Amino acid sequence: MWQALYEELGPEVFVPFAVAFDSGGNAAAEPWIAAASPTYPCVIDRKHIVAELYDMVNVPSAVWIDEQGMIVRPSEPAGVSDAFRKMDRANFSIPPAALAELQGKRKAYQDALRDWVAQGSASRFVPKREEVLRRMHTPSDAHVRAAANFRLGEYLAEHAHRDAAKPYFEEAKRLRPESWNYKRQAWALEDPMKAGGPEFWAAVDALGADKYYPGPDDI
Amino acid sequence: MAALVDIIYGEHTTAGINAEVAGEALWLSAKDLERVSGWAHKHEGFCKADVCIPVPPARAGELVAGNRYNLVALASLLGQPVVADPAHDVWCIGEAAAERRRSLTSLKAPDFELPDLAGRGHRLSDYRGKKVLLVSWASW
Repeated sequence: MWQALYEELGPEVFVPFAVAFDSGGNAAAEPWIAAASPTYPCVIDRKHIVAELYDMVNVPSAVWIDEQGMIVRPSEPAGVSDAFRKMDRANFSIPPAALAELQGKRKAYQDALRDWVAQGSASRFVPKREEVLRRMHTPSDAHVRAAANFRLGEYLAEHAHRDAAKPYFEEAKRLRPESWNYKRQAWALEDPMKAGGPEFWAAVDALGADKYYPGPDDI
Repeated sequence: MAALVDIIYGEHTTAGINAEVAGEALWLSAKDLERVSGWAHKHEGFCKADVCIPVPPARAGELVAGNRYNLVALASLLGQPVVADPAHDVWCIGEAAAERRRSLTSLKAPDFELPDLAGRGHRLSDYRGKKVLLVSWASW
């Protein structure tokens, strides 16, 4: 999705910087990167450092950063809908209306990026500073404690102590229940099939209509 | 009890540090304290780059014992979360929430460096001068 936009807008003015939250490292991310064969930077973040720095609780999330290194749009879902919640779980098909909604969101997000690259700070998709701050979630003590637990769990799992890692992943999930990154990464480390298994769908079913990232939905 | 410990401090991990574990305390030499955390004990207190934090007299015994320094007490003084797994000799000291809030609300994009598949490091700030879409994904 980003490669075409990268080529269209021009590498000299615009660059996607892709970060894979994968505690499984290269082995987990490589097949996906190979399939996309991107020419923009794609890095592996085993410890979910970027998720912590930018308050990303799910994937794909994105942040817009201008030429001076300032945050223009804080972390938000990057051109996705929750169409998967309407998925037929027997055959993994998504109903046409939900698929159309997803494609519409994707196109709207790409159009907003085009507008930003063309108009800069005059783009209508660049919120005022106060609005950027309003949309931003700032970390609490529980959030940084969750991150430390996750990092310790990841370190133990990486060093072949998977069972010992579990309580730390559990504590991270308990302290930061809104983080899908913690939930899904922990499931994936326990068992590769689990990230899309019954625990995942039970957690999806438990979701309410509340959105983590506050609107207004201007894209 | 003397132990060889691994310490995850922010983005950096240092393995095989000689430490003295006593209850919740983790005592390190001055050299190891600085190697692990970047903090050095000086006349003014604990210093890192151009910042110095004075040692509160009431907590001095908890922080300094001869030429040993308690990393856990220093983290507590700095508001950093500490999670330890003494059974596997691993300590993790995270970022202080207040520091993270200050950094995020400045709207300056926090910098980081991470490797690509080939192991080559990419630093976010290398792309200064361009508009950057920082985007996350995962295989799971």
